[in-house]
Amino acid sequence: MAASRDDFVIAIRSAFLKKDNQQRFSLIFLIIFSILLITLSRFNFAAVNYLKLSLNEVVYRASFIASLPEQQIQNSRIAIQEHFKLYRDYEATKKNLKELQSKEYNTKFIIEENKRLRTLIDEYIENSEELIGKVLLDKNSPFLKSIIINKGSKDDVEIGMAVLDKEYLVGKIVEVNYSTSRALLLSDLNSKIPVSIEPDNIQSILSGTGKNNGYLQYFKEGSTVNQDDVVYTSGSGGIFKSGIPIGKIKKLDKENYSIIFFSDLSQLNFVKLVSFSTKDN
Amino acid sequence: MAIQSKTSIFKKVLNFGPLILLYISVMNEFDFNYLNYKYFSFNFPFILIFYWSLKRAQSLSYGYIFIAGLFNDVVIGFPIGTSGLTYLLICGFAAYLRNITLRPNLINEWLFFLFTIMVVTALNYLMLISFFLIEVNYYEISANILFTFILYYFFSYIFETYKKLVFRGKADD
Repeated sequence: MAASRDDFVIAIRSAFLKKDNQQRFSLIFLIIFSILLITLSRFNFAAVNYLKLSLNEVVYRASFIASLPEQQIQNSRIAIQEHFKLYRDYEATKKNLKELQSKEYNTKFIIEENKRLRTLIDEYIENSEELIGKVLLDKNSPFLKSIIINKGSKDDVEIGMAVLDKEYLVGKIVEVNYSTSRALLLSDLNSKIPVSIEPDNIQSILSGTGKNNGYLQYFKEGSTVNQDDVVYTSGSGGIFKSGIPIGKIKKLDKENYSIIFFSDLSQLNFVKLVSFSTKDN
Repeated sequence: MAIQSKTSIFKKVLNFGPLILLYISVMNEFDFNYLNYKYFSFNFPFILIFYWSLKRAQSLSYGYIFIAGLFNDVVIGFPIGTSGLTYLLICGFAAYLRNITLRPNLINEWLFFLFTIMVVTALNYLMLISFFLIEVNYYEISANILFTFILYYFFSYIFETYKKLVFRGKADD
């Protein structure tokens, strides 16, 4: 027991008091020095504060340099994470693309089927060659909503041709001169277009209001239309082909609806003039 | 001749490897805290000092360890001298283990390391709480001790490999 205690004391003494080779200070000396420093810093001794300030100057600069590799690792880690995220996004996009491609095949099939069915019922499916016309004059008075286009009878413009802004119907030709023509816009009070409201296929007449919107006339009682339902031409009357998008429903209250046109009729610069005819079999 | 000179410089740098690593770790808080794992932190200087004091004390001089402690105090904002005292106590424990060990065994060293870091961390925070009225999070300290203890095992293998490669043929003491 006594021998064991002696061994313990010898080991401790050797560890703390003995100065090893290549060691300038013994451990106990440095421990005492540390305790002294802690005590002095506890009482805010001026010399210790100066020492701390000097150390701050050196260490903060050195610490910045020493932290560069870690910062580099951190930046690399972020870059790798970004790459993995990019790869995940790419995989998701690829999957979405495949889905869209399969839907596109489906859509192509439906379009072809639709064409065949329309041929069977003598529907207007053939467009004349599109004419692009520049809007020369925009008669934007409260009583007349029409535009003057720089295409006339010399360009084979005819009364009744549809006027499109991109793919949206904006009006029809009502007057043809040699080199110009006038189109009555959908927003004009006198404009009456047979329309179909999807998805419920409700038939109605779209009339202009004299402002930049339209309203539904001769609306069948009991039919309900909803906010954001889309209004297309119905093709009734044989002027336009069916399915040209016009605008969407904005519900004002329970019984009143307004049609917001897809095109801004006050900002037309170039328009397309198109006529429709039955396909000769 | 030039190649021989470059090799000699490289060897010298490798000889100072543990010391360089100690200074980098104290100035950089080398603890992977940027991983943002809750409670994950470890005290790399504890592992480094204990291992090298135990296995090859001349690689880390006590004076340099003390200065590294002062640097660490400045970086983490502790009262000056506290880390130095902690590091020196670890050196003392390691020297004691070296003196009583005849046949080194990693498991014994590992368990003794746990005892060492528990004692020195307790002393360190007792001092900070009592004298300097610093508030500490005991869960974080406990997690720090636990991870430091666990990681000692892995780092000891790395350091052992380094020691064999760099200090091969040189006396340990």
